[in-house]
Amino acid sequence: MFVSTDSGEWAFLSGADFSAFVAGALRPHSPAYQELKSKHLLADGSLLAPIAATATKLRTKYSFMDGFTGLHMFVVSLRCDHSCPYCQVSRVTTEKSRFDMSPETAAAGVDWVFKSPSPHIKIEFQGGEPLLNLDRIRQVVQLAKQRNQTEGRDLQFVVTTNLSQVTDEAISFISDNDVYVSTSLDGPEWLHNANRPRPGNDSHSRMTANLDRMRKAVGSERIAALMTTTALSLEHPEEIVDEYVRLGFGEIFIRPISPYGFAVRPKTANRYEVDRFLEFFKRCLNRVFYWNERGTRLIESYSQLLARKLLTPFPTRYVDLQHPAGTGISAIVYNYDGDVYASDEGRMLAEMKDYTFRLGNLHNDDYASALGGPHLRNIIASSCLQTVPQCSSCAYMPFCGFDSAYNIATQNDLIGHRPTSGFCRKQMGLFDYVLGILDGPDCPRKEALVEWAVC
Amino acid sequence: MVAKVFRINSDAEGCSPCVRIASNERELATATGAAGWLCEGVVSEDFKSRIRGDLLVSEVPCDHLADGDVVAIEPSGRVRTVFRRGSPSNTLFATERCNSFCLMCSQPPRPVQDQWRVREMLATVDLADEDVQELGISGGEPTLLGDGFLEVVTRCRDRLPRTALHVLTNGRLFRYAGLADALGSIGHPDIMLGIPVYSDLDYQHDYVVQSPGAFEDTYLGLHNLAKASVPIEIRVVVHRSTYARLEHLAQFIYRNFPFAAHVAFMGLEKTGFAIANWGGLWVDPADYMPELCRAVASLAARGMNVSLYNHQLCTVPSEYWKFCRRSISDWKTDYVKECTHCALRDECCGFFTFNLPDAVSRMISPVTAKTSEGVIDTGHSGG
Repeated sequence: MFVSTDSGEWAFLSGADFSAFVAGALRPHSPAYQELKSKHLLADGSLLAPIAATATKLRTKYSFMDGFTGLHMFVVSLRCDHSCPYCQVSRVTTEKSRFDMSPETAAAGVDWVFKSPSPHIKIEFQGGEPLLNLDRIRQVVQLAKQRNQTEGRDLQFVVTTNLSQVTDEAISFISDNDVYVSTSLDGPEWLHNANRPRPGNDSHSRMTANLDRMRKAVGSERIAALMTTTALSLEHPEEIVDEYVRLGFGEIFIRPISPYGFAVRPKTANRYEVDRFLEFFKRCLNRVFYWNERGTRLIESYSQLLARKLLTPFPTRYVDLQHPAGTGISAIVYNYDGDVYASDEGRMLAEMKDYTFRLGNLHNDDYASALGGPHLRNIIASSCLQTVPQCSSCAYMPFCGFDSAYNIATQNDLIGHRPTSGFCRKQMGLFDYVLGILDGPDCPRKEALVEWAVC
Repeated sequence: MVAKVFRINSDAEGCSPCVRIASNERELATATGAAGWLCEGVVSEDFKSRIRGDLLVSEVPCDHLADGDVVAIEPSGRVRTVFRRGSPSNTLFATERCNSFCLMCSQPPRPVQDQWRVREMLATVDLADEDVQELGISGGEPTLLGDGFLEVVTRCRDRLPRTALHVLTNGRLFRYAGLADALGSIGHPDIMLGIPVYSDLDYQHDYVVQSPGAFEDTYLGLHNLAKASVPIEIRVVVHRSTYARLEHLAQFIYRNFPFAAHVAFMGLEKTGFAIANWGGLWVDPADYMPELCRAVASLAARGMNVSLYNHQLCTVPSEYWKFCRRSISDWKTDYVKECTHCALRDECCGFFTFNLPDAVSRMISPVTAKTSEGVIDTGHSGG
C-alpha cells in the first residue's frame, strides 16, 4: 500500500500494517509505526513539531507559485517548412504578413512579460518555425534585455526549432545572446521523417547536420531535444532511445502522447492508447537504464520529474504537471496575432475553434483583467486537485498535475471525468511504475532515480 | 580582569590591558614598565621593590603562555588561559548552565549564576587577534545567557569580522522566534550553529538528552533559525542509543532540514557524563559502521555536505574516507601501538587521549601503503 500526506511525505505499508494503521491498532514501537511517525503521517503527543513540519513542507512544495508567470512563449510565426500531423498550428506558406508576429505585437508582448513579478523569466520562441522570423526574435531579445537593465530579473531565452533551415546569421545571434536551443528528435531517421514530413522528406538529415553546426558554435549543453510520441513511435521504444544516445544527447523526455489528434476518437480507443503508451514508456525507461548501466550518462526527464516530486521536499517547475495548473499563472503564450493564451495546448485548441484558454489580446485588453479576471480564475480554481472529484482523495494527488486543455479536448469539460480520463490513467500508471522501482530490489535503478531527482 | 599576554621586553603593540610574563626572578630583574606582571613561583621582597605596577604570582607554570595569548586573572590570583594566538581551536566558554542533560555530555552542567562570563567573553573578543580564523562559543548552553549571548555575537561581528564563528547549542531556545530573529538580525558574516539531533523520533532524542520536550524545542528552533537565515550544522553523536536508526535519521534530516549547511556524525568522547554512562553508551564502531555508512551515503547522494568526526580511518570502509576529518584537537589527540606503522597515521584523526584504552575498536589495525591509495580530506575542524 502507498500512503501519502498533502505535504508530500509518503510510505509503503504492508496490507496488514495498513489495516492496523487505519484501525488505530498499530503497535507504537513497531517499525511501521516508527516510520509513519518519522514521516509525519502519524502524530502522537504534542502536535507542534508535526504541524510546523507540515506547514513548511506545504509552503515549499507550492512555492513555485510565488513569482507568478515565469514562462513566456512568443509565437513569432506560424510559417513552417514541415507539416507534422501532430502539430495543429503550422502553415506551409510564404505569406509573412498573415502569419508572422508584427513588431508592434512583439513590443506589446515584452511589456506584458515584465508585468509579471517573477524574478525568473524565461522567454521561449515558438511557432511554426521561429527561425523563419529571426528579425522578430532579435527584436524581442533586444527589447527584453534593454528593459531588464532596470528590472534586474534572471532572464533566459530559448528558441524551439526544427533545425532544418539555419542561417549563419541565426547561429551567430543564438551564440552571441546566450540563447538555449530546443529541437525535435522523434527517433531514428526513418521514424523521425515519417513523423515529421517536409518537402524532400529529409527532416532528420537536415536536423543532424545543423545540430552539428549549432553544437560547434554554442556547445552541447545549450541544446536539448524533445520527442513527440505518435502511434508509430509506440512500436519502437529502444530504437528511439538508442538514437538519442547515438546523437550524444544526455537527456531524453518520453512525453505522453498528444490527445489532440485523437480528439474525435471514441473513449475506448483512448484507453488502449494509454496502456500502449505505458508499455512504451516502461520499455524506453528500461533502455535508458540499460545505457546508464553501461556507463553512458542518460537521464529520462519525465521519471526525473516524478522522482523529484517524490524524493525531495522541493517544488518542480514543469508547468504541464502541476496543481494548480500552470495555465496563465506559470506559463503564458503571446500568439502571432496578439491573442494571449493560458497555455500552448490552449492555443492549439483555438485552432479547432475552442477559445476556452484565450485570455485576451495584447492590443485590446489590459493585463490585469486578462490575468486577474474571472475567466482565468475559474480555470485555475477548477485545477486545484484538493477540490477536484476523485483527485482530492487520491494518494498521488500531492505529486500530480492537472491538464485542463486535455479535459476540454477529450471530454469537452474543464474539470473532466477521472474514471474515463486518459490523463489520469496515464499518470497513475507512471506513478505506479516509478514507485515500483523505488519499492523494488533493484538498487542501481533506485539510486539512479535519487541521483536524477537532485541533480 | 582579562588581559593580553606578552613576554618580558617583547613589543606590547601598545595594547591594554596587558600583562608581561617572566619565568624567573632573573627575567623580572630586566623588566621595564608594564601594567602588570605574571611570574611563576615566589618572588622575594627585594625584587618586588624594583617593579612598578602590580606583580602577580601564578600558582601554575606560565611557560606555555606566549605573546598574544589572553588570560583571565581572578581576584584570587588564579589565572585561566582564554585565548591562544595561533590555535585553530579557540573557544569562548559561555556558561556552565544547560537546559539539557545529555547522557554523554562532555561538559557536565552546574546550576550556577555565571552571567559574569558575558563580560569576560566581550573582553576576550576585544583582545583577540583580528586574524584568528575560527572562534567557537560553547558551554553548557550559550543561549541561556539571553541578551548577553547576542551581545557577544555582535561584538564578534564588529571586532572580528573575518573570523568564522562556530556556536555549539542545543537550539532549544530558538523555538522562540524572537531569539532566532534577533540572532539573524545581527548579520554576522560567517556564523554557524552546530545543533545536535539524535533521532527522527522525539522520545529517543529526549532520552539521549534526558529532557522531555527537547526534540520539539530543537525542531521548532531549527525551523526558526532557517527562517532567519542563520546557517546550521546538524551534529549526531553515534553511540548505543543513537546508532540503530541512523539511516532513518539521515532521511529525516534531508526531508526536514535540507537547509543544513553540514551534517556531522561524531564518534563518542569518553569524558564528562560519558564516563558514568559508559556501559550504556559504548558500542564498537565495527558494529554500527554499516548503518553509519548507509546514513552518510543517503545524505551525500542527496547533495548534503557530510563529515565523519572522531572515526579512525581503519574502522571506516575506504570509499568513505573522503568524509573523514581530522576532528580531534591537537592537544587531545593520541595514538595506539598499531598506529606506529600505519600508512595513514598523518591523515587520521587518531584517538581522544581520554578514550584510551577503553574506546578502541577491534578493527584498529595499520593500513598498508597499497590500500591507502584512496581519497583523503585533511580538512581540520574543531571537535
